[in-house]
Amino acid sequence: MSDSRSQPRAAAHVSVPNDPRALQAVKEEVLAAVSERAYPEAAAFAIRLALEEAVQNAYQHGNQSDPARTVGFEWRIAEKSMTVTIEDEGTGFTPGVVPDPTDPERLEIPSGRGLLLMRAYMTDVQYNDRGNRVTMTYERQAP
Amino acid sequence: MASNDSRLRIHKEDDVTYVEFVDRNILDEANIQRIADEITGLIDAEASPKLIISFANVDHLSSAALGALITIHNRTKQKKGQLRLADIDPQIYEVFTITKLNKLFEIHETAEDAVASFA
Repeated sequence: MSDSRSQPRAAAHVSVPNDPRALQAVKEEVLAAVSERAYPEAAAFAIRLALEEAVQNAYQHGNQSDPARTVGFEWRIAEKSMTVTIEDEGTGFTPGVVPDPTDPERLEIPSGRGLLLMRAYMTDVQYNDRGNRVTMTYERQAP
Repeated sequence: MASNDSRLRIHKEDDVTYVEFVDRNILDEANIQRIADEITGLIDAEASPKLIISFANVDHLSSAALGALITIHNRTKQKKGQLRLADIDPQIYEVFTITKLNKLFEIHETAEDAVASFA
């Protein structure tokens, strides 16, 4: 992990401990790099939310909050699009079997909305076959 | 725990409890748990709680924050109380729309509107 006070990297590949502070530092670097590319406020909002959800999933559901595990990040932030990949050391999951949290019968269940938000706010969200690595892309719309 | 550790601003007027967030970002899991515990304590302290949660200061929230709000909603319902959300920025309101939680919560434009809605 680089010094988070230095210039945020527009592209990087890092692995950090499954620790909230270490994960926060990476999220901040990615968001700072997005900010440097002058993405519109709505785009920054979308990316922050999706990143938050994906990292929380990796930390909690994938890595079971275990500090001995790690989370891998790879990101590339360009003028017109950004992509971030987040990989945990968990057993993975099958996105297709996650129940729809907007089902009226499920509205009062407190959990299970992260994936919905990632898909709603990013242009594309793809999991690997094992379900422990997610790649999210945000494409800026033409002005 | 000292009250200045709270991530909430709370005041009571007549029988209505007003809650506002101190932080602009309601994202951190540990903070969200503390906030949920504190609001649950407010609900449990009332026989028939009337609670307004204002999002006036909030710029970002996560699904974990939505989960905490649902837990608060369910607790209020158990106690036959009334919960209102207010002052939600359009960008944040969209999160409620996407998740269809705008159908679960009673949301008002302002805290004044929310007060007027109490039975």
